[in-house]
Amino acid sequence: MGRKPAMTPFNLLRLGVFLASLLPLLRLVWLGMSDGLGANPVEFVTHSTGTWALVFLCLTLSMTPAKRLTGWSRWMRFRRMLGLYSFFYAVLHFAIWFWLDHNLDFAAMWQDVLRRPFIAAGFTAFVLLIPLAATSTPGMMRRLGHYWVSLHRLLYLIAVAAILHYWWHKAGKNDFGTVALYAMLVAGLLGVRLWWAVKAAVDRRREMAPQNER
Amino acid sequence: MNRQRDELGPAIPASEITPRAVFEQRRTIIRAAAAGVFGAALAPWFARQAFAQTAAGGKLASRPNLQFVLPDKLTSYKDVTGYNNFYEFGTGKTDPARNAHTLLTRPWTVSVDGLVKRPKVYDVDELLKLAPLEERIYRLRCVEGWSMVIPWIGVPLAELIRRAEPTGNAKYVEFTTLADPKQMPGLSVKVLDWPYVEGLRLDEAMHPLTLLTFGLYGEVLPKQNGAPLRIVVPWKYGFKSAKSIVRIRFTEREPETSWHRAAPDEYGFYSNVNPAVDHPRWSQATERRIGDGGNALFPPRRKTLPFNGYAEQVAPLYAGMDLRKFF
Repeated sequence: MGRKPAMTPFNLLRLGVFLASLLPLLRLVWLGMSDGLGANPVEFVTHSTGTWALVFLCLTLSMTPAKRLTGWSRWMRFRRMLGLYSFFYAVLHFAIWFWLDHNLDFAAMWQDVLRRPFIAAGFTAFVLLIPLAATSTPGMMRRLGHYWVSLHRLLYLIAVAAILHYWWHKAGKNDFGTVALYAMLVAGLLGVRLWWAVKAAVDRRREMAPQNER
Repeated sequence: MNRQRDELGPAIPASEITPRAVFEQRRTIIRAAAAGVFGAALAPWFARQAFAQTAAGGKLASRPNLQFVLPDKLTSYKDVTGYNNFYEFGTGKTDPARNAHTLLTRPWTVSVDGLVKRPKVYDVDELLKLAPLEERIYRLRCVEGWSMVIPWIGVPLAELIRRAEPTGNAKYVEFTTLADPKQMPGLSVKVLDWPYVEGLRLDEAMHPLTLLTFGLYGEVLPKQNGAPLRIVVPWKYGFKSAKSIVRIRFTEREPETSWHRAAPDEYGFYSNVNPAVDHPRWSQATERRIGDGGNALFPPRRKTLPFNGYAEQVAPLYAGMDLRKFF
């Protein structure tokens, strides 16, 4: 095989998605420089990065269903990038909280994790993302083989923890409008997988059944 | 500052002043002036002119009450009127400023009733003449962990209570906010059981700090801040200071307040600012002062003071009470 062309239309599309995924960050930088972060900039930036981490998590979880529904397998080639962006915004979200709310004091941060369920849920989601980000390279995929698939199913748990984090955060103010939308989205993305798994199991059993009757 | 000096004056009769408090306060003022913080503290007052045309409902004359000034820098007019919790106009912090224009503040009446000898439906313009309007600079601490410093205009709520003459059975005062879905788009969302109800113990309501408030920053209350009248109780979390009040009722039993009903383990009836008692989901030990730190985008948090810094004046109200139990 000769040298691959550097910029196929598909690679251009991937580059476009890569750059577009930086826009939420650029927006925050721009707002920060133009006095646009409102009266409480820390709150604004914390909420924004947290929301975008969740958005990218949902997008990551959408790639497999998108492939099955459209039959276009190249959806899967966005999955790693979107997953890493979710991690990227989660790191920013965590760092802002650790830095501006806890003054980089590890003991104080840990106390907060232990004392408050909503913090514990968010922290769990963040910590579980770390091994997934670390094993996202093709080399790690090869080395881990089928363990890789099992490991990356952690994302389902992470999604549930992230929703709990957001839900409990809003619970004190009875303000569930936005978080309910994300909860339904995650429920749908996980539910469709469960449905497919059950259907596959039923199909397998049906394939076995005629032999028994013969 | 000349302007400051020109407006100095005994805003309330000498007979109503506790000498020691005045003495203490004067020392604070002198110290503040000596430190040169007065100019800085009042700077936003002058800087606000640019915004005054847009959100204002007109000027409101008052005299500064020098018993209630603070060395703290005032929160900018823009932030005071642009970053609000007023769920009747939406749950987002900028929703009230965007949506509250639909509120009709005239005609407006307030029913004062319940356990009083002289129940009466007051017109808001009548209440404005209850007593000379005072400007008081108070800290406002939200239960969510942020705070502001605001120059309010109002009269002691006690002036109204005295006129109503509570009976011997009256132990509490209940405040009800307007709940009109035509004027308040937020009512379509059942975040709370509308109307919004708040309450105080009678002695808290009578306390000289409790202000029946009609304005801020020298003008009529902007709608998003609770026009045409609200109360301000500076030693309690902000949600205790009910906005756009239509009814003040005197009761024998503790009123069922809105947030307490929604989440009794998170919001107590008293809700005094207390750094030692955490909210179940966040610490109350520190707060973020809105607009703090000048040009610093991310100012550090500052320590929250017991009773929001008004312990000397109000702590006696709670002598002998377990403030962890009665949070």
